[in-house]
Amino acid sequence: MENFLQQLINGVTLGAIYGLIAIGYTMVFGIIGMVNFAHGDVFMLSAFIALIIFLAITQFFGVTSLGLAFLIVLICAMALTALWNWAIERVAYRPLRGSFRLAPLISAIGMSIFLANFVQVVQGPRNKPLPPMFTDVIHVTSGGEFDVTLSYKQILIVGVTGVLLLAFWFLVQKTALGRAQRACEQDRTMAALLGVNVDSTISLTFVIGAALAAVAGTLYMMYYGVVNFSDGFTPGVKAFTAAVLGGIGSLPGAVIGGLLIGLIETFWSAYFSSDYKDVAAFSILAITLIFMPSGLLGRPEVEKV
Amino acid sequence: MRAQTSILSALRESAFASLVAAGLAFPILALGTEMDQSNRLVLEQRWSWMLIAAGLVFVGRFLVLILAQGRVAAAPVPARIWPPFVARVLPSAGVVALFLFPLVMLFWLGPQGSLKWINNYGVQILIYVMLGWGLNIVVGLAGLLDLGYVAFYAVGAYSYALLSTQFGLSFWICLPLAGLFAAAWGAMLGFPVLRLRGDYLAIVTLAFGEIVSAVLTNWTDFSNGKAGIMSIPRVTFFGLPFTASENGFAATFGLEFQAIHRTIFLFYLILVLALITHVVTLRLRRLPVGRAWEALREDEIACRSLGINTVNTKLTAFALGAMFAGFAGSFFAVRQGFVNPDSFTFMESATILAIVVLGGMGSQLGVALAAVVMVGGTEVLRELTFLKEIFGSSFDPSLYRMLLFGLAMVLMMIWRPRGLISSREPSVFLAQRKNVSGTHVQEGHG
Amino acid sequence: MTRRWLDAPLLTIEHLTMRFGGLTAVNDVSFTVGRGDITALIGPNGAGKTTLFNCITGFYKPAQGRLALARKGGALARDVEALTQSARRHAGDLYLLERMPDFEIARDARIARTFQNIRLFSGMTVLENLIVAQHNTLMRASGLSLLGLIGWPRFRAAEEQAIDKARFWLDKIGLLDRADDPAGALPYGAQRHLEIARAMCTEPVLLCLDEPAAGLNPRESAELNDLLLSIRAELGTSILLIEHDMSVVMKISDHVIVLDYGKLIADGTPEEIRNDPRVIAAYLGVEDTEEAVQVLA
Repeated sequence: MENFLQQLINGVTLGAIYGLIAIGYTMVFGIIGMVNFAHGDVFMLSAFIALIIFLAITQFFGVTSLGLAFLIVLICAMALTALWNWAIERVAYRPLRGSFRLAPLISAIGMSIFLANFVQVVQGPRNKPLPPMFTDVIHVTSGGEFDVTLSYKQILIVGVTGVLLLAFWFLVQKTALGRAQRACEQDRTMAALLGVNVDSTISLTFVIGAALAAVAGTLYMMYYGVVNFSDGFTPGVKAFTAAVLGGIGSLPGAVIGGLLIGLIETFWSAYFSSDYKDVAAFSILAITLIFMPSGLLGRPEVEKV
Repeated sequence: MRAQTSILSALRESAFASLVAAGLAFPILALGTEMDQSNRLVLEQRWSWMLIAAGLVFVGRFLVLILAQGRVAAAPVPARIWPPFVARVLPSAGVVALFLFPLVMLFWLGPQGSLKWINNYGVQILIYVMLGWGLNIVVGLAGLLDLGYVAFYAVGAYSYALLSTQFGLSFWICLPLAGLFAAAWGAMLGFPVLRLRGDYLAIVTLAFGEIVSAVLTNWTDFSNGKAGIMSIPRVTFFGLPFTASENGFAATFGLEFQAIHRTIFLFYLILVLALITHVVTLRLRRLPVGRAWEALREDEIACRSLGINTVNTKLTAFALGAMFAGFAGSFFAVRQGFVNPDSFTFMESATILAIVVLGGMGSQLGVALAAVVMVGGTEVLRELTFLKEIFGSSFDPSLYRMLLFGLAMVLMMIWRPRGLISSREPSVFLAQRKNVSGTHVQEGHG
Repeated sequence: MTRRWLDAPLLTIEHLTMRFGGLTAVNDVSFTVGRGDITALIGPNGAGKTTLFNCITGFYKPAQGRLALARKGGALARDVEALTQSARRHAGDLYLLERMPDFEIARDARIARTFQNIRLFSGMTVLENLIVAQHNTLMRASGLSLLGLIGWPRFRAAEEQAIDKARFWLDKIGLLDRADDPAGALPYGAQRHLEIARAMCTEPVLLCLDEPAAGLNPRESAELNDLLLSIRAELGTSILLIEHDMSVVMKISDHVIVLDYGKLIADGTPEEIRNDPRVIAAYLGVEDTEEAVQVLA
């Protein structure tokens, strides 16, 4: 029982991170029908940006309050990662819009390879460890086999994710920007005819996706305390799995899918074997696509004849 | 007057681009993370990198804008058709040149000097040509996007590695078996997933590739895990080993023993395997099943309305593509004498797919050219040691290999989204063979 | 006037219903298609005509209903009943279409079709389009392509025949000189004709055409009428077509079926349909018979 509760807490934490990344996949797929392969590496890049900003404000400016540092790091990482993704869309995807379907996919794969190796070249191939932060824990239960703990880090991760998701939900559902975004998703040509600036709406989608990935990247850096240039691929594919599981194109689906993948992975590692946790995640991806191609919350697709 | 304003606007745009570049470079380039003596991360300031990046982007963007102005109205170049004589002679001349390549190299550079050329360029490029041609059946002809092709390559490699080390089977028996195993895996995977459309198929195949590599890594009893399988029997000349012994290849043919003999044999082996792939593909294109593949790429629903069993058609393409990957895999194992899961990562699948798309989907010549450019190009980067003299001794050009590879993929897509050779050669004609322009050719939805 | 659809039915549709979610696109429709007839399916936009086509050709699986096709002779009601009781898809030349996947309907029951938005293999040449249509014949002749791989002589001969057949159809639709051009490069009207020729290369007993005259100019439309009449006269192929152009419908069809809101509202000869008040009301949604008569005339 203690073990179950502890794994549940850990799984939700991991799931929150996957969910944040998954939104970037699902939004881009929804609006331009493209699997943004580089998104996982954008996430990795954002973790590096967060790391550097954190070191800069603690070492150069001597900020000692961890809370303040975290806030500054989060905002800077979101802004800078958003700028990166904006530039990536401009350079690598926009010229290919409306062209051959495979061209943007190959371009995105190229961009993914470029980003990982770029970070390797400029920041070195070694793991970048940080001293542990927010180390306090709350003992949820005590006296059993072992104490179930809930760390401040985990509360912070779930809390930040929850607040940002609400803000993001408001943005998409209630603002003109969100309306434009949903209109482009439905019918890009018609939206353009009605005066929606399609280019800037798509750019904004990439910017928002990157900002949320940067939140995930910052939390990931803080939670695990170590980043590496190769950390983009596997979380990226798992977040994509989450997006597919939830129903690609559906925003709540991405979050639910993220939580599910986080939980499945954690429980699988705890009760079976951590060696095969990736196999479990990928098998779920394959099984979902084969038996339920529209995911949990996606709209079923009727073949047009 | 117009020229002046256009230069001004180009300058303005370049300044904007360089500002963005400075923003992008700000933390990741300008501040490096290093470990100090106590294993703490400290920052190293290198603001000059940021300035250089911004400057390079400014110059680059400006040049692109100015050069683009000169050829705004350039008419689309009509598809060039080779004169019939050249078209007829070129392929056979190319094959003859490939057969002569190792011998010419050997006489020109000697056994030591030619090794690099025959092995790193010759064999290495030909492996990717063969893999590219194999995947071309799936992606280029049938229009099915497969991101896990490397899984079948791995099946082939491990088939030979395990069958030869565990059961002592010879390479010549294992080669067809490896192809069959890979084809069986292709059919097995294909059966459930080929109903999926578009990017979904790509993602499931990617997942399959990752599962295969994870299983090879973790199932130690079967594959010996990360450590891989070592001392796989090397290739023999139809039974004669390439050793200095009495019954070795060199002694039997009265030659002086040289290590290069094996490399040259491997070169011919992969050349023949690649040519078999090519010839089989060419013939199949003119047979009903090959035409059905292309029709499937063009319009699946129309295919079904004409009574074509699309599931079987897709399965044959998938299994056949997998089979050629299986052959190539067992060649890889016999060449290296060692296999481990690191050789079968997603990067390999992406590289092979990039070769097919950059070559121009469906074009055999285009795929071969793309393999030469992408694989040969990254090999050339290993050679650029003279750059050390410019950038200092800590500069390692091979580090930039994959970085430039990724960048090249992006740039080549922007330059030619349909690949190097986008026109399609019809499989049958009534009066005159006319190539179909790439603008009409569809790319498939599965 | 003989009513072949009653005396010699080729396809018998009974109680066909197709739903998408909550929407019933085709609602309990029953009619027969006569052997050797040109049958027209008409009705306002959204009446369920294309959905009905997709059910006949197997692209949609109907929620309910029986679609029995007797490829050669007339089937007795007893045979159809016996087949329905069994779990089989066909007995002899009698097929139950609702049990068959789309490609088997084309291959075995021999129903060929065209599409409202033309579906040619645009990157393949005109000739290749017609050769692909003969896929199953060529597959048999080439031993599933395996024998063809080693240059099997029987396949060579079969391919020559396939090319001859393609040449016959190209000549018939006047595209012989464009045989080696990509199908996607043809003008619109020629693409429509090519799609019909491609469907005919599968040697169908029933040819289903989804708005074949849409977008054609009057001359092309007249050529289309001639083509359809000659297909029926020379090959005896039955034709079922969806059409909006009443001049085509009235001129060439033997039998007209009218759908509205997924329901069958009229079934008869062109003259009967022309004067049917329900059809007039369906087309105009008003009682203004004067104008409706003009439209249908």
